[in-house]
Amino acid sequence: MTKGLKIIFAAASFALAGSAFAETLAPDDVEIVDMEVTASLTGKPGDATIGRETFADRKKGNCLACHVNADLSDQLFHGEVGPPLDGVGDRWTAQELRAIVIDSKEVFGEQTIMPGFYTMNVGINVAEKHKGQTILSAQDVEDVVAYLTTLSE
Amino acid sequence: MAKIYKTGVLLAGLLTAGMSSAALAGGPVDEKLVIDDELEIITRTAAPEGHPLDEVISGWHYRTEETRALEADSFQNPGMLYVERGEEIWNTVEGDAGKSCASCHGDGEEFLKGIGANYPKWNADANKPFNLELQVDQCREENMQAKPYKFDAADQKALVTYIKHQSIGMPVEIDLSQGEMQEWWKKGEETYYTRTGQLNLACATCHEDYNGNYIRADHLSQGNVNGFPTYRLKQSAMVSLHNRFRGCIRDTRAEFPAAFSDELMALEVYVTWRGTGLSVETPAVRQ
Ligand code: HEC
Ligand code: HEC
Ligand code: HEC
Repeated sequence: MTKGLKIIFAAASFALAGSAFAETLAPDDVEIVDMEVTASLTGKPGDATIGRETFADRKKGNCLACHVNADLSDQLFHGEVGPPLDGVGDRWTAQELRAIVIDSKEVFGEQTIMPGFYTMNVGINVAEKHKGQTILSAQDVEDVVAYLTTLSE
Repeated sequence: MAKIYKTGVLLAGLLTAGMSSAALAGGPVDEKLVIDDELEIITRTAAPEGHPLDEVISGWHYRTEETRALEADSFQNPGMLYVERGEEIWNTVEGDAGKSCASCHGDGEEFLKGIGANYPKWNADANKPFNLELQVDQCREENMQAKPYKFDAADQKALVTYIKHQSIGMPVEIDLSQGEMQEWWKKGEETYYTRTGQLNLACATCHEDYNGNYIRADHLSQGNVNGFPTYRLKQSAMVSLHNRFRGCIRDTRAEFPAAFSDELMALEVYVTWRGTGLSVETPAVRQ
């Protein structure tokens, strides 16, 4: 492929990405103020049903690695490193839950074991295939947050 | 574990969590490991000076009853097959010099007693710490004119398992006063507390802050190395220490260093020190 063609392709895919995610906030542009992220990262509401799947998916949220969640008692092996998330929708607002999922370190402090799911504040030597990527996409975050708000006791 | 809580809400959440995890896990089991009803293994002991924890505890305490039982019975311990294979290798001639390990060192059980409990050890010629794998390779190359083993070759694991096993029951103690061992220890400590990968976790995050808790199906231990190489039921195979290190680093979604690289050798020095006083358990059985 000639250099010129490459540039045209690159520009075309950039334009595509740009239009598809026009309203999506990039990780570095997210502002966590007073432990809250007020608006949806995508400008769209999340889908709690999809969020429930993302939450349990080992390749995505894998939240059960560290949290017990009675709503997913059909799934084996809930971890206990973090607090049980039963009733978490009563304890935190959607804005706070969004901040926790995006970058828990901004809420719990630098020492927390909970990964930040939509942040570039990561460890050293990130594996090639994860470089520059967040664990969850912006829409995944919104879906998970929508799901968390349904967890009430 | 110092944490900053910005709200009382979180604290309330953590208090309930503390209660339920006590019910779930209860940390290490309160039992004794005696192999074949005769060999007492030190699986808990006071931590050495300068250690962040009060007590060092073997990974044995965090495994299921079935797994613990396998290690307590050397006829059932699948790792013992590797010990047998290692003994064969010890007595087998290899390389252009026409020698076996036994040609120079004689009876393995006699010569090797206690050696594995004191590795890694400063090697003045190489000007770095040597673990057993590096020492074996040096003897193969220089004394037998044989090729060094490829990392994790079946024979490398069997021979190192055999060597370590000759110190079973003896407390781990490494000599940090030789050469530049202190500097290597320090470097290893730094690695232990450095967060890696997309998941942003350090060894200490899991093994120091959360040992005794379940992370998914895994009961987190202190990550001690006194049982290596260990037999892992999940893999139905012996697993070397550097393989385990690399696996734990990979699980943070980070690139992992080469086996026997300076970085992992420093980590081995430091993590071995953290388990000072625990008995050598090789071949330990883990899940
Ligand atoms: C590696 C372990 C780990 C993983 C994985 C993890 N968390 Fe957490 N989480 C924690 C810990 C630990 C805390 C408590 C804060 C602390 O001690 O740092 C916490 C706290 C929380 C809280 C506040 C809970 C409360 O009751 O106050 C929420 C909400 C939460 N996590 C959601 C999630 C979601 C959603 C996921 C998956 C996308 C997730 N966590 C994945 C460890 C984890
Ligand atoms: C030609 C003789 C010779 C042969 C063959 C030989 N070694 Fe050695 N080995 C030595 C000498 C000499 C030393 C001490 C100096 C050194 O470190 O090289 C040594 C040291 C060692 C040590 C370290 C002992 C300690 O106290 O730290 C171990 C372990 C060892 N050899 C294992 C082996 C194994 C395993 C084999 C077979 C693969 C082997 N050796 C083959 C000569 C030999
Ligand atoms: C995400 C959490 C996590 C991190 C981070 C982690 N490990 Fe592990 N490690 C585990 C789990 C889970 C096991 C298997 C259960 C156990 O023994 O804790 C394990 C096992 C081990 C073992 C085997 C223990 C035994 O008794 O056989 C060693 C040694 C070890 N880890 C060392 C390390 C080192 C060194 C680091 C840092 C480079 C590290 N781990 C980082 C989760 C972790």
